[in-house]
Amino acid sequence: MGVSILSIVYIIGAVTFIMGLKMMSNPASARKGNIVAGAGMVAAILGTIFLFRNEDGTLLKNHGWIFGGIAIGTVIGVLSAKRVKMTAMPEMVSLFNGLGGASATLISVVEFNHLAALGFPPEKSGAGIMAILFSGVILGNITFSGSAIAWGKLSGKFKDFAFKGQHIVNIVLLLASIVLSAVLGGNLGSGNEMLLFYSVFALSIIYGVLFVLPIGGADMPVVISLLNSLSGLSAACGGFLYDNKVVFTGGILVGAAGTILTVLMCKAMNRSLTNVLIGSFGGGSAAAGGSKEQGAHKEITLNDSAVVMSYASKVMIVPGYGLAVAQAQHTCHELQKMLESKGVEVKYAIHPVAGRMPGHMNVLLAEADVSYDKLIEMEQANDEFPSVDVVLILGANDVVNPAAKSDPASPIYGMPILDVGQAKNVIVNKRSMKPGYAGIENDLFFQPKTSMLFGDAKKVLQDLVTEIKGM
Amino acid sequence: MESILHWISANEQMIYILVLVIFLGFVIIARVPAVLHTPLMSHANAISGVVIMGAIIVMGRADSDNYLALVLGLLAVILGTINVVGGFVVTDRMLEMFKKKK
Repeated sequence: MGVSILSIVYIIGAVTFIMGLKMMSNPASARKGNIVAGAGMVAAILGTIFLFRNEDGTLLKNHGWIFGGIAIGTVIGVLSAKRVKMTAMPEMVSLFNGLGGASATLISVVEFNHLAALGFPPEKSGAGIMAILFSGVILGNITFSGSAIAWGKLSGKFKDFAFKGQHIVNIVLLLASIVLSAVLGGNLGSGNEMLLFYSVFALSIIYGVLFVLPIGGADMPVVISLLNSLSGLSAACGGFLYDNKVVFTGGILVGAAGTILTVLMCKAMNRSLTNVLIGSFGGGSAAAGGSKEQGAHKEITLNDSAVVMSYASKVMIVPGYGLAVAQAQHTCHELQKMLESKGVEVKYAIHPVAGRMPGHMNVLLAEADVSYDKLIEMEQANDEFPSVDVVLILGANDVVNPAAKSDPASPIYGMPILDVGQAKNVIVNKRSMKPGYAGIENDLFFQPKTSMLFGDAKKVLQDLVTEIKGM
Repeated sequence: MESILHWISANEQMIYILVLVIFLGFVIIARVPAVLHTPLMSHANAISGVVIMGAIIVMGRADSDNYLALVLGLLAVILGTINVVGGFVVTDRMLEMFKKKK
């Protein structure tokens, strides 16, 4: 009886995951979708604790340990999720993802030890099972150490690091983990299992670190998405080992969805996944950027900027990473209201990869109460630029770099950009003339239409609001 | 060769799930607008925490004197719970903001 109820709970769980993902595809139903999938997860977890039966028909024990673990995890999870700043969201997702990977690895470790204690009975340690167990360890470890590095990079704790031949070292490491796993699978009971097992464990951890380290900060969203799909696959391995179909379905679903999401993100930057993973972004750009003679840039004062904007009929704001870092989304909204009170039409042009993750800018602006219909996507924005009087670029750089259209030698050549050069005036707010994330010079800053307004985005916006108010 | 065939037929159901769910995942995500990519990533990340059920099973099976399994299992449960709970809460926080329209 209990077992059949559990089956039903698991089926419902799997259906909620699918429906949740589906509802996430529409802003109106997304929140409900998240709650639906969450409820399905809670039901499946409770069902597992109370109804799951082992092969010999016994129920699970150690409820104290299980609920203790869940309680600790819930407190940590809720607190960190509630406290994290919206700008630090990518790091948070990366960190959560890494923990999921670690959890998947630990399961495989315990299972391996369990099999070792039983002396590797052939019916429980066939080649198929072993292959899946090792895949779980390798994928889980790559997710864990890779996400940890991605987290460190996004929060500015680690710098890009690459050495010559790193890709070859990486491939060797990955192959070594797979070969060692195969050797281990063929030599169970030889007495060396533990040594081999932990070698695979260590190699895959190192691989995860070296795999993410050379990838530039700007590409981290793609990497996190890829690691997310790996963590799904490692979860699926766990589901397969325990013949648990809801875990398996959920894991594969995330694996497939994460893969597609990764590809979509690469497409938004018009790059291939291989290019992101193997072509270290910073490397080639130095040569391309350095060879060019740059002209002089023109600065504009706060007062002039305020005048130009308040007498414009249409202002387009292009928010970027700098806005996110300066936490200036609220002040930006204030500026928008101030300009609107002067009869200026204000809109936001959102590049698909603006900010630190696709869609991140939308979340930040939504946090500041900017209404949804003010945000327009790239294609539409590009149609509107010719009728725009002033474009205000706030801490965006690579997404407005004309080199992406005109310079085939540029590493971002081919990436669709916001064509702000079509507008009558461009005001660029940046902290300095330093190149952006991708490390490339931006010709836009030297064009006659462009004026530079240096300073921290938040400070500059506050001053602009004061100026306009006083006019 | 024969063992591979045997393995496939023994795991026929799982292989069906694998193939169908891969297609399902592709189809569902292909229609998500770019603005929802960040919450979607976070949501998918929370779902990948399903692995916590594996951790619960590991723990529930461990003998009460098998401290290695208990401690590793406890760690796995804690980490998995952080992944699941944190993931859903963070996604909800993001989506809550999308709702505020004037």
